[in-house]
Amino acid sequence: MNLWFWILVSCVLAYAWKLVGYFVPARFLENPRMSRIAGTMTIGLLASLTVVNAAATGQALAADARLGALAAAAIALALRAPFLLVVIVGAGTAALLRMAGWN
Amino acid sequence: MKLAASPAVRVGISISIATGLYGVSFGALSVTSGLDFWQTMALSLLLFSGGSQFAFIGVVGGGGSGIAAMSAATLLGMRNGIYGMQLNALLRPEGWRKYVGAQLTIDESTATSTGQADPAEQRRGFWAAGIGIYVLWNLFTAIGALAGSGLGDPKQWGLDGAAVAAFLALLWPRLKGREPVAIAVVCAVATVLAVPFVPAGVPILVAALVAALIGWFSHGRSDEGLEPDVEPYGGHHRQGHGDAAEAGQ
Repeated sequence: MNLWFWILVSCVLAYAWKLVGYFVPARFLENPRMSRIAGTMTIGLLASLTVVNAAATGQALAADARLGALAAAAIALALRAPFLLVVIVGAGTAALLRMAGWN
Repeated sequence: MKLAASPAVRVGISISIATGLYGVSFGALSVTSGLDFWQTMALSLLLFSGGSQFAFIGVVGGGGSGIAAMSAATLLGMRNGIYGMQLNALLRPEGWRKYVGAQLTIDESTATSTGQADPAEQRRGFWAAGIGIYVLWNLFTAIGALAGSGLGDPKQWGLDGAAVAAFLALLWPRLKGREPVAIAVVCAVATVLAVPFVPAGVPILVAALVAALIGWFSHGRSDEGLEPDVEPYGGHHRQGHGDAAEAGQ
């Protein structure tokens, strides 16, 4: 039930962000700083989420099959693979490495 | 003019298919991260912003708290507010269209709209991509969630590796040039340094703070990082969001 609460809060706040854009005066657009922070935070959050999912287990850092998935996904992206294929490559690599005994 | 003859509608439909399809990966990863089917659907139906949805399940899947997941998802949603300002200046929606259009305001619908020069096409592009993605994203989320819940041990299928790949794929199109790469590296290092010292989920918020400080104190492109995951115009002919904002004034 607790998770439901945070899911719904997230949904309300996501819509609030979207809606607020339609109601702020146009002159806010002339201030590039908000747009800049929104952009740098997007990059920073996604980079952080990538690292956490690749190398963190709770509060410990770990080198396991997920690092292999990260490398394989980077190669797929460099070869301009579409999103879904990149995800499948990541899953396949992690699964294969685990079968080969690297956890 | 018939809708099928509109270039913006055609782009909107193809971007809808490309984006909608990877709703499958969101649905499958969400249920293996510990959310149930309806919690997963709530995120796609109500939150409806791919990056934020992946962020929420990524934090929960990594053992983070609900409030940390909410915070990461909400900070990642800030850019939709910027898109809302741009689209409001560009399309000037009235009445209920503002409220419905707001829910459809995401990277891809914004990019499809701002990539057109003609105001009527900008409007068609926004609605075609927004509605198309909304329908397909939710459909494929449901398919992924149903498939994912029958998978058994997610690790055996490498689904934790799939999550890593998904986040890298969301980040990748934003890394054009040296500056965004530097921001990503700094935030990645900040994350690694924070992991042993703070509860799970919090390192992501530390990285967000670092990124916000970089954005506040440095001077670079004001549309850095504001790119869609799937590029509707192949990267060459599209106007940047900055251009769109100027055009709307």
